[in-house]
Amino acid sequence: MLALLRSKKPQILERWIQHQLTLDTLRDDLISNDELREQSEGIVNLIVDQISEQTLALDPYALEPILEYLSGIAISRARHGFSPRETSFYLFSLKNAMLDMLAESAGSDIAALYDMTRSLGRFFDELSTSTFETFIKGREEVILRQTDEIAEISTPVIRVWDQILAMPLIGTLDSARTQVVMENLLQAIVDTGSEIAILDISGVPAVDSLVAQHLIKTVSATRLMGAECIISGIRPEIAQTVVQLGIDLSQVITKATLASALKSAFSMLKLEVRKTQSQKPFLI
Amino acid sequence: MLVVLNKDAFQIQREQDVILFRNRVKEFAVRIGMGVVNQTKLITAASELVRNMLRYASGGEVLIEVITRGRENGIRLTFKDQGPGIPDIKLAMQDGYSTGRSLGLGLPGTKRLVSEFDIKSTVGVGTTVTIVKWKNG
Repeated sequence: MLALLRSKKPQILERWIQHQLTLDTLRDDLISNDELREQSEGIVNLIVDQISEQTLALDPYALEPILEYLSGIAISRARHGFSPRETSFYLFSLKNAMLDMLAESAGSDIAALYDMTRSLGRFFDELSTSTFETFIKGREEVILRQTDEIAEISTPVIRVWDQILAMPLIGTLDSARTQVVMENLLQAIVDTGSEIAILDISGVPAVDSLVAQHLIKTVSATRLMGAECIISGIRPEIAQTVVQLGIDLSQVITKATLASALKSAFSMLKLEVRKTQSQKPFLI
Repeated sequence: MLVVLNKDAFQIQREQDVILFRNRVKEFAVRIGMGVVNQTKLITAASELVRNMLRYASGGEVLIEVITRGRENGIRLTFKDQGPGIPDIKLAMQDGYSTGRSLGLGLPGTKRLVSEFDIKSTVGVGTTVTIVKWKNG
């Protein structure tokens, strides 16, 4: 059987490609036919060259080069946006092409054909399972990267005035995010030599004791750096919840809105915002 | 007479589940027309208990139920874990007591936030906390 597969290599490739072109899972918008042909040729060459008694017995060492190559393809497909169905059918159609070849040359020897089909089937099950695992891993990587990006863009430090920084917090504060918030804020205080930092929690949906603890820690750290920290954006329902929960925020300066926080920051820095005198009346 | 109108079970396994779970609780609260203040109290209480569950029992299951008694509607949440259990519930219900270096407000604070609170725990078996928040409670 192995010798047969090797001798029929070009036919297998041809048949596989023909087969792929008829499938409705073909995505010529994601991969050009030439590229697909090149990719398929690589797989057929590798599989037919590597297939042996050991690989059919699913010996992990013998399988390694094949799996490695396939995982590269699976990851690249995941990144290009292929669906899992399209990726798995890609491999299944190769199995079908190989089975067709075997069936044609086996003739009437049903028992031998059954044996061959069985071991080839097992071999491909192994390949597609591991391809699938890598495919999911590729997708997960995309998600992880996005999570990192969100964490990064969701904690901006804004310099609203000379010596006044503001940091709008959006979403849930967990330990990892608090760490990022604290690092960014403290670094910004050093870089800009600011005296006052305003943490705005308008975008935080709920303040439980863990979030409160994180806020208190951030405020203490800011104070250690010699700056004052104001927490703004406390909504009425949050205020009631925090009181009933029994969290003591009396050591922290809190304001309902970012505007009032800014106002108290101005007065701490002894700044004054005044309306300018309207245009001087013309002398007639 | 207490009637369960609707229920849903939710598995908590990772920290990310906390947010998903809170959103689910919020959906239920909005559906029965709970006001914003009570919604926030319920969600905060749920968040405390779920965090406890993750921290001390590394996960568990929560049952979300819409219940009705007489003319009042409410949400009942049952938090069940197979963690180490709480040896002294009375102590755990005290403000400022914590075995995990937190503020120690989770359990007593939750009790103040909700309408009904019940905790059962067996050391080595697990803990079950049941809370009820009535729509106007």
